[in-house]
Amino acid sequence: MAGIEQSKIRNFCIIAHIDHGKSTLADRIIEKTGLLTSREMQAQVLDNMDLERERGITIKAQAVRTVYKAKDGQEYIFNLIDTPGHVDFNYEVSRSLAACDGAILVVDAAQGVEAQTLANVYLALDHDLDVFPVINKIDLPSAEPERVIAEIEDVIGIEAEDAPRISAKTGLNVEEVLEQIVEKIPAPTGNPDAPLKALIFDSKYDSYKGVIVFCRIKEGTVKKGTKIRMMATGASAEVVEVGYFGAGQFIPCEELSAGMVGYITASLKNVKDTHVGDTITDANNPCDAPLPGYKKVNPMVYCGMYPADGAKYPDLRDALEKLQLNDAALQFEPETSVALGFGFRCGFLGLLHLEIIQERLEREYNLDLVTTAPSVIYKVHKTNGEVIELTNPSNLPDPAEIDYMEEPMVKAEIMVTSEFIGAIMDLCQERRGIYQGMEYMEETRAVLHYDLPLNEIIYDFFDALKSRSRGYASFDYEMKGYAQSELVKLDILINKEEVDALSFIVFAGSAYERGRKMCEKLKEEIPRQLFEIPIQAAVGSKIIARETVRAMRKDVLAKCYGGDISRKKKLLEKQKEGKKRMRQVGNVEIPQKAFMSVLKLDDK
Amino acid sequence: MKREIELYIHIPFCVKKCAYCDFLSSPADEAVKKAYVKALELEIAFWGQKLENTTVSTIFIGGGTPSLLSGEQMETLLQCVRRSFRVEKDAEITMEMNPGTVNDKNLIRYKKAGVNRISIGLQSAKNEELQKLGRIHTFQEFLDTYKAVRACGFENVNVDLISAIPGQTRESFEESLHIVARLEPEHISAYSLIVEEGTPFYEKYGDGKPKERDLPSEEEERAMYKRTKEILEKYGYERYEISNYAKDGFACRHNIGYWERKEYIGVGIGAASFLGKERFSNIRKIDQYLAYAKERSFEKMVSEREILDMSQEMEEFMFLGLRMQKGISAAKFQETFGCPLDEVYGKEIAKLKKQGLLKEKGENFSLTDFGIDISNYVFVEFMNK
Repeated sequence: MAGIEQSKIRNFCIIAHIDHGKSTLADRIIEKTGLLTSREMQAQVLDNMDLERERGITIKAQAVRTVYKAKDGQEYIFNLIDTPGHVDFNYEVSRSLAACDGAILVVDAAQGVEAQTLANVYLALDHDLDVFPVINKIDLPSAEPERVIAEIEDVIGIEAEDAPRISAKTGLNVEEVLEQIVEKIPAPTGNPDAPLKALIFDSKYDSYKGVIVFCRIKEGTVKKGTKIRMMATGASAEVVEVGYFGAGQFIPCEELSAGMVGYITASLKNVKDTHVGDTITDANNPCDAPLPGYKKVNPMVYCGMYPADGAKYPDLRDALEKLQLNDAALQFEPETSVALGFGFRCGFLGLLHLEIIQERLEREYNLDLVTTAPSVIYKVHKTNGEVIELTNPSNLPDPAEIDYMEEPMVKAEIMVTSEFIGAIMDLCQERRGIYQGMEYMEETRAVLHYDLPLNEIIYDFFDALKSRSRGYASFDYEMKGYAQSELVKLDILINKEEVDALSFIVFAGSAYERGRKMCEKLKEEIPRQLFEIPIQAAVGSKIIARETVRAMRKDVLAKCYGGDISRKKKLLEKQKEGKKRMRQVGNVEIPQKAFMSVLKLDDK
Repeated sequence: MKREIELYIHIPFCVKKCAYCDFLSSPADEAVKKAYVKALELEIAFWGQKLENTTVSTIFIGGGTPSLLSGEQMETLLQCVRRSFRVEKDAEITMEMNPGTVNDKNLIRYKKAGVNRISIGLQSAKNEELQKLGRIHTFQEFLDTYKAVRACGFENVNVDLISAIPGQTRESFEESLHIVARLEPEHISAYSLIVEEGTPFYEKYGDGKPKERDLPSEEEERAMYKRTKEILEKYGYERYEISNYAKDGFACRHNIGYWERKEYIGVGIGAASFLGKERFSNIRKIDQYLAYAKERSFEKMVSEREILDMSQEMEEFMFLGLRMQKGISAAKFQETFGCPLDEVYGKEIAKLKKQGLLKEKGENFSLTDFGIDISNYVFVEFMNK
């Protein structure tokens, strides 16, 4: 593929608030540039995990190259890099952006600018990308393109008057977008003869090719046989193949040179060697300095994952290992719980990441899992000066040994229409938010700034936000260090026995309320058994809440004649099935879903 | 090879559907009844041909309300059974009836046709409770029916009662028990009301519905259950199964057959059969049933079929056998399956005994009173999968 002029290449991404139509526009661009006929198109080509299609979000970055014949008669190569669309993956997003030269900002013609719109635009501008807006969904009856254009100019401060007004769904005016890509996105620069400098924006494990590294060549050229080195991890290998991205396939080519987007395989066995954000250089002719912005991603949220069937422990380990091949952010180590047996303490970027891994384990690996309540990483400062990073509540040292504790905080921006400001401020207050200010973006909309403890937002903050604003509030956050806090461990005792898997760390002021709700919830979840079962919540040795599951009194089929036998047998089988999903803790059988019920304490 | 089976004949007609009833039944006109009896005849004859050398030991004509068939129709059916099978000389032949649907003329013909056991659906001796249940009759109408049945010379009569009816108190239920026991039927079935899906009662009292206050609590219901046994014992009835009480020698042989896993054939819509290792049941739509019978497509009548493996047979042996007061016999288990009961269920039996749910008497195991209260919990232990 030598001989592609840099001036004919456009590397770009699409940024948008969730559901504003990012993936649909990507599909239209791919379709209109002739890579796939519309018959071959499966909706949303780039989201190729089932989960991504179902949830309508992009989890892993993807890239695709298409060729566009512009009105000037020239052919242009488009490299479209689809970025993950969730705050859990902010770092990955930033690396994908760094691989581009420009970005298309998609804004819903009815919804207008939302929190993620802003966050993404700022992120793109931080990376010196040229951003041009596109107004999508103009076919909706509630579309107000002129208002939204004014809003983009006022709030974001970018020129929007000639923004294409499109419907990605119907394909209306998508050609205008294609022309503007050529006009408004700058061509890449970089010297093909300089020492190799390439940015890794994703990698993927393939059982035949090994690790496939997705990269943007910033300087120099790479081809088969080049001895490459990852500057941060130090891993090195000889290039086996280079190529670019067809729709859903890898197309090998001669070489990749400065300005191009493509992939490299080099018989690397593990994605741990190819961190997103790392710089690839030529081991024999290294560049002087790595590209800026690299950092090692660390999990923010931890939970215990246990196989429902204890015998499946090795299967769970194998499955986690396989997922980790593709997901360097996933961490896990073995742990044991009195209640749940052998399992793993797993670390995730956020709750969405956790849910995705959990669903993939269940679907792709057919595992039945019991997951404990997610926990953030607390810093425990002991009286002896030692500092522990606590990921499992069960490991909290004796209170006498603790000097003080810290919890992670986030800096949150919540965008909301004025009528809901009060409700959202109440919510943030309840979640121990510290008000940092508010700005009106226009008469009816404001951005609220809050510092919030991460552990208050990992469960259901987003749902609460949506329900209290009738869906109008949008939300974005970034990490903001640690802050000292009054934290206690809340233990749950079932039939007077502490159930380790149900313990969690909670703000001291919320302990009573959480303990009470937890006991109520467990009372609903635990079926009646032969004897009465007390459920208690305790902080230290102090019981702060109690509920009782009454003893089973009656479970009998009055009639069972000839016509009933098969049906009754099925009922008994079902009951047995339910019983198998129980965990024996002491004398009590606890359904597996009870361990996850802590997640849903705030149902109102 | 000589084979002995039980025969169940389903009559899916009733005057009006009761509020709690989930049996397959509905009102129908004379023409449908006539066509249905004809179809039954064909199905019975089909089985008679298919199962050569087979003796019928008991016949149970259930519903619906079988007494909506005329004496003549009953004669036709039973004659057909005798033409198709050898019927044991003293076979128990039960027919269900509901008060208010019977007259002397028909009763005499039922008897002549061979019916020797009558089961009357009373459910309660209290008119307001009968009304709640959506029954079409009063207690007085039951009395008339009962007396007519006796006057015709039937010497084996069952009366059905229901406990835990909405609005029922322990006192009113006990009164029903006394009133019925004083009439001295040979057999009494006393069921706790089951709120079945698809019934008007389910709409009102089912899962997820705010429980109406007048549905007796579980404690209340269990108390009624315990009183049933105590009261009926005084009148000389023995509880031989979870919901069945009989005077000495009058336990229902047909139903015991179900719990002892005897083979049976069910004819008519929705009727279930158990042959060899197979359980299957007929389609539930009457039009289809009539059409298949007419074209003699008896194989097409089967809508659900299940072939049991040994482990399922063992499960059934346990959960059906344990419904009976005498329970299950370890020797019978060994004889049936060729391996000791202890080897298969030793652990479960030991646990249940320790929990006070199962008791051992000789080589028989049976449910304790507490075991009956939560018998599903006990049976689940014997499910293998």
